[in-house]
Amino acid sequence: MIEIRRVFTQVEDIHHEFGPVAATPLRRGAIGVVLTNPFAGRYVADILPMMDALQPLGIEMAQQLRAAMDVPVERIEGYGKGAIVGANGELEHGALWHVPGGYAMRELLGWKGDRAAYAAGKAPAAGQAGAQTGNALAIVPSTKKVGPPGAALDVPLTHINAAYVRSHFDAIEVRVPGSPLADEIVVILAMSTGARVHARVGGLKAEDIAQWNGLR
Amino acid sequence: MLAKIRKLIVQVDETRIEMGKAVTPPTRRALAMAVIENPCAGRYEEKLDALIAIGEELGGLLGDKCVAALGIAPGQAQSYGKAAIVGEAGELEHAAAILHPKLGAPLRRAVEKGAALVPSAKKRGGLGTAIDVPLGHKDAAFVRSHFDAMEARVSDAPRANEIVVAVVVTDSGRPLPRIGGLQVHEIKGEDGLR
Repeated sequence: MIEIRRVFTQVEDIHHEFGPVAATPLRRGAIGVVLTNPFAGRYVADILPMMDALQPLGIEMAQQLRAAMDVPVERIEGYGKGAIVGANGELEHGALWHVPGGYAMRELLGWKGDRAAYAAGKAPAAGQAGAQTGNALAIVPSTKKVGPPGAALDVPLTHINAAYVRSHFDAIEVRVPGSPLADEIVVILAMSTGARVHARVGGLKAEDIAQWNGLR
Repeated sequence: MLAKIRKLIVQVDETRIEMGKAVTPPTRRALAMAVIENPCAGRYEEKLDALIAIGEELGGLLGDKCVAALGIAPGQAQSYGKAAIVGEAGELEHAAAILHPKLGAPLRRAVEKGAALVPSAKKRGGLGTAIDVPLGHKDAAFVRSHFDAMEARVSDAPRANEIVVAVVVTDSGRPLPRIGGLQVHEIKGEDGLR
């Protein structure tokens, strides 16, 4: 069911944005994998088998992105995910990426929750009894669209442990020239090593995360 | 560093299937881009030595980044290309100063040898302007299977006083080359052409 046609990675170092040069540049990376859409051109009611089939790919992509970024897992502070569906597909096909893309990155970053419960949408909320522990507590933000070859997707990024950390609200533009073709889907993961390079609009700071509930 | 670099971006594009056929081994192209301040922006400068020196520096830096991203030994590089996008306050000649006089030698060191001309493209542009970086075999410009191009683009660059400098290095030709012409195994690699 999963046929990989193309793998596209990008890593960027941001030294400054017309302000003081950062002592350590912000590193942001994204990986886009171009898949054949097995449901292209028709309405298929039961698309859930593909969600399971995407799980190993998600794990592989998360590892490959971390390797391309060439930083230890401990330095990853922000993440996001997305999908671009080709013209013969449906937005719902992109939605299949929510679970496998999200949990793959969270597991890589140290999340210790119950994968099966998470996939079934039944994991206890963070902060409640039996809830996930460890790292990567926050929801992985996402965007998706149906688009032409070369369509650009702005993939949102937020802090891995607390979605309200204002310094880490960001987005990275991801675009695979020539993809997706009409019968393809581009699935995307993105990670970053920190705050926006000149973050200075206040709000919750990463060092002030206290509730460990994925939000604050 | 002479170049005032705002951003460095590295991309790898790996094609495993084309038109339903497996590509074995997959073709891989690496693109490295530096977004730099244009030291000559906003005025006519007769002497472009500052840009020429920056070009020399970036040829090595971006070439090494590409080879590292592909995870290959320098000698395994097969084709290359270069390009620049000049922001509105700059001049096309600024791109020429970066690309042509001195960028090539350190790039060739990064990929070992490189008898062939490094194909190039340049343009003026604004934020998110795309440029297709032409590619040719590094030792023999007539190798038909390696004529290709890779699109380069930075969503927030070039600002008016910036230049985007791009270098592409591959470890392969096009995914399913089958239009004949000079083949890799026929290369002499002496004159840079055949």
